[in-house]
Amino acid sequence: MKYSAGVDVGSTQTKAVVIDENLKIVGRMLIDTGSDVTKAAEHSYELALEDAGLSAEDVSFVVGTGYGRYKVNFGDTQVTEISCHGRGAIHMFPNTRTVLDMGGQDTKAISLSSSGEIIDFCMNDKCAAGTGRFLGAAANALDIPLPELGPTALKATRPVRISTTCTVFAETEILSWLGKGKKIEDVLMGVHQSISARSIGLLRRVGINEELTFTGGVANNRGMVEVLNQNLGLEMNVSDNSHYMGALGAALFAMDQIVVVKEVLN
Amino acid sequence: MKEMKDHELWRRGNREGSELFKKWFNNLNEAALAGEHGAYVFVMGSLAEILHSFEMPIIFPEITALQTAVRHEAAELLNEAEDHGYSPDICGYVKADYAIQARGGEHPMGQLPRPGLAILTNACNTYLKWGEMWERMFKTPLFTLDVPGTREHGTQTWQGDEQFEKERKYVLVQIQELIKTCEEVTGRSFDVEKLREAMAYSNRMSAAWKKIIQLNHSRPAVFNAISDGTAYLGVNNVWRGTLEGAEYFERLLEEKQWMHDNGIGTMENEEHRLAFIGVPCYPIFREFSELFTNWGGIFVTSTYMWFASGGNNLGFQYDLEDPLASLAEVTLIHVRDAMDSMFHPHDIVVKNMEEMGIEGVVYHPIKSCRTTSTGLADNRRTLMEMTGLPSLFIESDMMDKRVVSVAQMKNRIDAFFEGMRMRKNSNTVEVLN
Repeated sequence: MKYSAGVDVGSTQTKAVVIDENLKIVGRMLIDTGSDVTKAAEHSYELALEDAGLSAEDVSFVVGTGYGRYKVNFGDTQVTEISCHGRGAIHMFPNTRTVLDMGGQDTKAISLSSSGEIIDFCMNDKCAAGTGRFLGAAANALDIPLPELGPTALKATRPVRISTTCTVFAETEILSWLGKGKKIEDVLMGVHQSISARSIGLLRRVGINEELTFTGGVANNRGMVEVLNQNLGLEMNVSDNSHYMGALGAALFAMDQIVVVKEVLN
Repeated sequence: MKEMKDHELWRRGNREGSELFKKWFNNLNEAALAGEHGAYVFVMGSLAEILHSFEMPIIFPEITALQTAVRHEAAELLNEAEDHGYSPDICGYVKADYAIQARGGEHPMGQLPRPGLAILTNACNTYLKWGEMWERMFKTPLFTLDVPGTREHGTQTWQGDEQFEKERKYVLVQIQELIKTCEEVTGRSFDVEKLREAMAYSNRMSAAWKKIIQLNHSRPAVFNAISDGTAYLGVNNVWRGTLEGAEYFERLLEEKQWMHDNGIGTMENEEHRLAFIGVPCYPIFREFSELFTNWGGIFVTSTYMWFASGGNNLGFQYDLEDPLASLAEVTLIHVRDAMDSMFHPHDIVVKNMEEMGIEGVVYHPIKSCRTTSTGLADNRRTLMEMTGLPSLFIESDMMDKRVVSVAQMKNRIDAFFEGMRMRKNSNTVEVLN
């Protein structure tokens, strides 16, 4: 059995995925990136190999992706996370035509053709509003753990309107709403709505075609999924592996290389 | 390849362009040290021929400003202007020039003469406010040339049309007023023979420039519209209406014809032929170009070559028998075309995509120039719907390094090429470079 791997070094978290030649995930791992990007790449890969019960010698090709892709020193090559998220999404949900990837520092809208080629993409520029970092700022201001943000927001009855587009100023606005006596869940729903509006703006720039697959760490936030579904008027595809979609795409690109080499040898 | 690179013609235009550029700055430096004042003009509607006839030093503040960014010396100037109250959101050229003027004309490439006259056009609304700045600082006389633009996309009038003739006369009257202003400012009398001489040089330059642009239909391309083309543009503006300018472009044409005839490309492994829409990213000028050439991408054309040459790309020839009327006519056509190429950039791509083999389009809107950037997002969608060409939208600035994120830019450019390769090869393997 041949194996390939993808390592997605993101601004907040690093993800590693190992797949076999049947394109099944056999190992995966997610860790915080921290300050040592190279170390994060190595460590996540080691843990994913451990999860798969494999050693590095068993893996024939490794692709690095994410902002830290050039720090995946043990990788054979690099592919951008834009291509990797597109590839991962269409592998998981073959009818995907649009991908929304919401990561720690950037949000991407990707438009795919029926054969999985990237037609267009759009990302937030120079500002982390509308990304996971915006939620992080809210969690920090409200002193709520990240996993509880979505469920808490869903309890909202009278959501506030968050008008700032700056992640730094968002904390101030959140505190100001709390100071006016607004409930935490209403403020949080305002944060989710704000992120949703910016993301949909990005999606509109590439065109919203169904099926739409939601990837990245924020796809684990149930509240975000529900708000987006409601505002988009559709049901997005969300996988248990949403957070790993970039790493999975990288592993799939890596497997392409193994298949090519195999074909040449045969 | 080595043999070709040893050839005397190989990149001669870049070498000679660089020398001419230094010479222009040296001339300005000498004029400034001699206490002479200069005519400050802009790339869209410079009326350089008139100014040459009065033997005035000509300063292009857009070009002197961008040179500070290319030389990585703009940041300090921008900060200085902002310290004096200029907003971070306005034109970076204006701010750099303000700081240069506030320092008494001190520029990294030499001393600049003080603005003794400024010629503004309505091609860019910032020009007008920029001129007012000099007026306040130095009491500089301002001359504003109002050029009727295209009122609606695709409705340009041409020679012989009643409306065109009215507009030509409107521009002519203004040029006659400018001549009076120049006489007052310089104390010299207008000499039509000197004007005719300058216009004859411009004719030679325009004819060659038009042919050079057309020669980039060659495969491989004979120049990169950003890295090479911008250097040519500099000469095109600052040496317009001079013997040096005419000879430079004729020699450049010789070089490009030689490349074309011998199948020589400006880059070794041309893989993707692209069009560029917007203004270059001067703070990382070389690196910006390399982000594309590293993937085998070459810009075969750019809207910048249109509007930043003030429409000179059209190659219109002055009628030397009737110089003033002809100057008015060509100024009208050129400035109007420069504006059109900013506001309807997709026209250039659509018109040239087949002949030039354009495979992708890069839009580069910039923070500090809304004139060239507004509407580009919509224009991109229109172009994609019309042509199906892949396009990339990257935002940064022409002057301000603070809003240039190379890592973000590289990520988008890499993904753009990955997508192009996936499309081109209909498989995913080729995405890996």
